[in-house]
Amino acid sequence: MSGSLPSNTNSNTNLDPNLTSNPGSTFGSNDGLNNGPNDGSAELLYSTRLSGGKHWSMRLRRGLSLQLRDVKGGANVGMVFYNTADLRERYNAPDTLKCQHTFYLTRGHCLYSDMGRIFASVLDDTLGAHETMCGNSSREQVDRQYGARSYQQDRNAWHQNGHDAFMVELSKYELGRRDLPANVNWFSKCAVREDGGIDFVDGYATAGSEVSLRIEMDCLVVLHTCPHPMASAKHYPHTDVGITLCHAPPMATDDVCLNLCDENRRGFENNRLYHLGSSL
Amino acid sequence: MARQSIDAGDYYLARLEAGDTLRIVDLEGNQAADTLFYAADDPTEHYSACNTLREQRNLYLSVGSELRSNENRCMLEIVADTCGRHDTLGGACSSESNTVRYDLDKRSMHACRDSWMLAIAEHPDFGIRKRDISHNINFFMNVPVTESGELTFEDGISAPGKYVELTASMDVIVLISNCPQLNNPCNGYNPTPIELLTWNQ
Repeated sequence: MSGSLPSNTNSNTNLDPNLTSNPGSTFGSNDGLNNGPNDGSAELLYSTRLSGGKHWSMRLRRGLSLQLRDVKGGANVGMVFYNTADLRERYNAPDTLKCQHTFYLTRGHCLYSDMGRIFASVLDDTLGAHETMCGNSSREQVDRQYGARSYQQDRNAWHQNGHDAFMVELSKYELGRRDLPANVNWFSKCAVREDGGIDFVDGYATAGSEVSLRIEMDCLVVLHTCPHPMASAKHYPHTDVGITLCHAPPMATDDVCLNLCDENRRGFENNRLYHLGSSL
Repeated sequence: MARQSIDAGDYYLARLEAGDTLRIVDLEGNQAADTLFYAADDPTEHYSACNTLREQRNLYLSVGSELRSNENRCMLEIVADTCGRHDTLGGACSSESNTVRYDLDKRSMHACRDSWMLAIAEHPDFGIRKRDISHNINFFMNVPVTESGELTFEDGISAPGKYVELTASMDVIVLISNCPQLNNPCNGYNPTPIELLTWNQ
C-alpha cells in the first residue's frame, strides 16, 4: 500500500470544532433525552422513532454518528447513501463487499460509494451480520404475503413496501428508479448455503439490537422501515426503530474501521483527498 | 447470425429484440464479461442483481436464471451454460475502487467502468447516463461466499470455449465490458478476447 497511514487519516477525519464548541445547539438540549445508546460520553443531538412501514431521508454531516435501534425485535431498515454535493455518487454494495472481502456488514466495515470513497463506517453492532444484496419488498409481494391494505383502509397502519418507500423519498431529490442501488438491510441476515442458496434468518434481530454508524462525508441518507423482502412473518411487522444522532468521537489511530484492512486505510485516504481544502 | 469478437479492455453495446438469443463465448478461458442490461424502450429500467438473486433464492446464475429488472420483470433468461456458474455479487472494477482494493497508484489502470463510460459517451443515442451504470453480472466469474461469510474471488471455473446463452424476454440494450483487470485472478491475470453471437429464433 502507499500513502495511507493512520497518522495521516487521524488528523483529517475529525469533528468540526465549530460543532463541538457549542454542543446541543442544533436540536436543543432541553428535551429530556439521555445520552446516546453506545457511548455514555456522547451527547445526544437528536432522537426520534419510526414505526414499521415508514420512510425518511436526511442530510447528515461528516462527523456525526447515527444510531439505529430495533426497539421490539424483528425490525428491518433499508438504507442507501448519496453524496449531497453530487447525487450521482451513491452507495455501492459490490465495492463495499469486495473491498472488505465480506458478504455481511458489521462492526469495522465501511460503506463505500461508487467513487472509491467512504460514506459511513460501522462503529458498533450488537448483531454481527447485516445483508446488502436482497433488495426491497414490492407492493405485489407485500400484498401477497400480508394482504393488500390500503391507506384508505388502515391509515397509518397500512402496508407500505420498501420499493415504494424508497421511490417516495428519492423523488424528493428528483431521483428515481434508475438511481436506486442495492441497499443495506440493517437488522436482517440472509444465510448462504454452499450451493449459493439464500435463506432468510428468522428472528435474527432481537429487541434492543443496535447499529452505530459514523458519517465520513456529507451525505444524503435515505431509509425505510418496511419489512425485509424475504421475511416469513404472516403479519405485517409494525416494529419501531429508534434513530439517534450524536457527535462521533474523534477517530483514533487504533480505530476499528480504519484498521480493519489495508483497503479501508486506502479508502480513508481517498476521503482525505476529497476533503482537502475544506474547513473540517 | 451476427458474430463479433471483443478484445479485453473494449466494450460491446447493442440492442436485442425480444426472442433474440445472445451467446457469450469465453474464447481462451478465465475471462470476465461485465454485463449490464437496460430496457430498450426506457433505460431507466435496468438489470437488478438484488431482484434476480432474491427471486431465485440463489447467489449464482446458471441455466434457468431469470435476469430481472428493477421493476422485477424478467429481461432475459439463461438458456444454455457450459460454464456452470456466474457471479452477480462482485460488481465491476473501476479506477476508483482499484485504488482501494490494490493500491492508490493503480488509479490510472484500465477498468470496466471506464469502458462503460466510453461506451455511453460515444453512444448518447442509447440514452444511458452515468447514473444508470449499476450493479452488473460478471459472466464466467467465480465469487463464492464461504461458510463464515467471506466473499472470495477464486480462479475462474471457466475454460477455453465455455459459453453462456441468454434469450431476451423483452427488447433490451446489452452493455458489456470485456474486463481489462490485471490485479486479480478473475481473468487469470491475463485478459483475453470474448466472442458474441446473436441470432433470432
